[in-house]
Amino acid sequence: MTELEQRLITELGNNFPIASRPFAVIGERVGLTEEEVLARVKEFIARGIIRRLSVALRHQNVGFTANGMVVWRVAPERLEEVGKKLASFPEVTHCYERETAPDWPYNLYTMIHRPHREECLAIAARLSEAVGIKDYLVLFSTQELKRSNPQYFTERG
Amino acid sequence: MAAEEKGLSEAERRLLSAMQDGFLPVPEPFKELADRLGLTEEEVLGELRRLKAAGVIRRLGAIIDSRKIGYTGTLCAMKVPPERIPEVAQVINSFPEITHNYVREHTYNVWFTILAPSAQEIDRIIGEIKEKTGIQDFLNLPARRIFKIRVNFDLEGER
Repeated sequence: MTELEQRLITELGNNFPIASRPFAVIGERVGLTEEEVLARVKEFIARGIIRRLSVALRHQNVGFTANGMVVWRVAPERLEEVGKKLASFPEVTHCYERETAPDWPYNLYTMIHRPHREECLAIAARLSEAVGIKDYLVLFSTQELKRSNPQYFTERG
Repeated sequence: MAAEEKGLSEAERRLLSAMQDGFLPVPEPFKELADRLGLTEEEVLGELRRLKAAGVIRRLGAIIDSRKIGYTGTLCAMKVPPERIPEVAQVINSFPEITHNYVREHTYNVWFTILAPSAQEIDRIIGEIKEKTGIQDFLNLPARRIFKIRVNFDLEGER
């Protein structure tokens, strides 16, 4: 990525102005016109670099206080099928296949955010039934130690 | 509804829900959104500034696909004696590349994510955390496949 592209990503992702003409404001910061910024944004969207223009909410502050990470042990030959099936549930916000470790056999991860932990457990039970997998754990978070926005192209990066 | 329990008004929920669906790359995106919601642009801008200051909105703007710009991530877990959690968290959190860090209910009780420009950088950070904390019960669980990432919360729908 060029230096200009990196600056644009930082402005668009981390310093987006809540202003009437936000792309004009960003243009002033990086030395482009509003039209040029908009053209780059559309190009970034087309290339998949920007997923969309949106908000990320703090789930605790909108009432989704129970944060359950459900880890599943899935036979390798069923991963594709089970991953897609679990991802299809609207309650599942994230679904990843991950590497395993000698004392950690779980290879599929689903995140569930709900107002109460009982709901998370009930949803996990429904997911378990839907895919016929009983070997799973629901790991609730009890404390948030850090939650920060990703910083790209910093000095260290 | 949970959002009500936390005191979000009907109007706030409508605005946040529309914002989660996304805004457009047009010269006046908030005016466009305001028109859709039957509000004025000033009302939308004011509400968004307030909700951001109040911490309801964690981030506003472009949602970047970190992999598409060459970044790589992983999920790590450690077994930390409960009394050492504050001190160990301080070591982990000192790295700007750590984006999430949670205590979870398991013997592997500290779970955090690393986002960095290369796998070598991730290995360096993991090495430093192990060395500084002396904790060797450590899982490094990079993703092999992503089936879904959806950051939206259903603020208006049925539960």
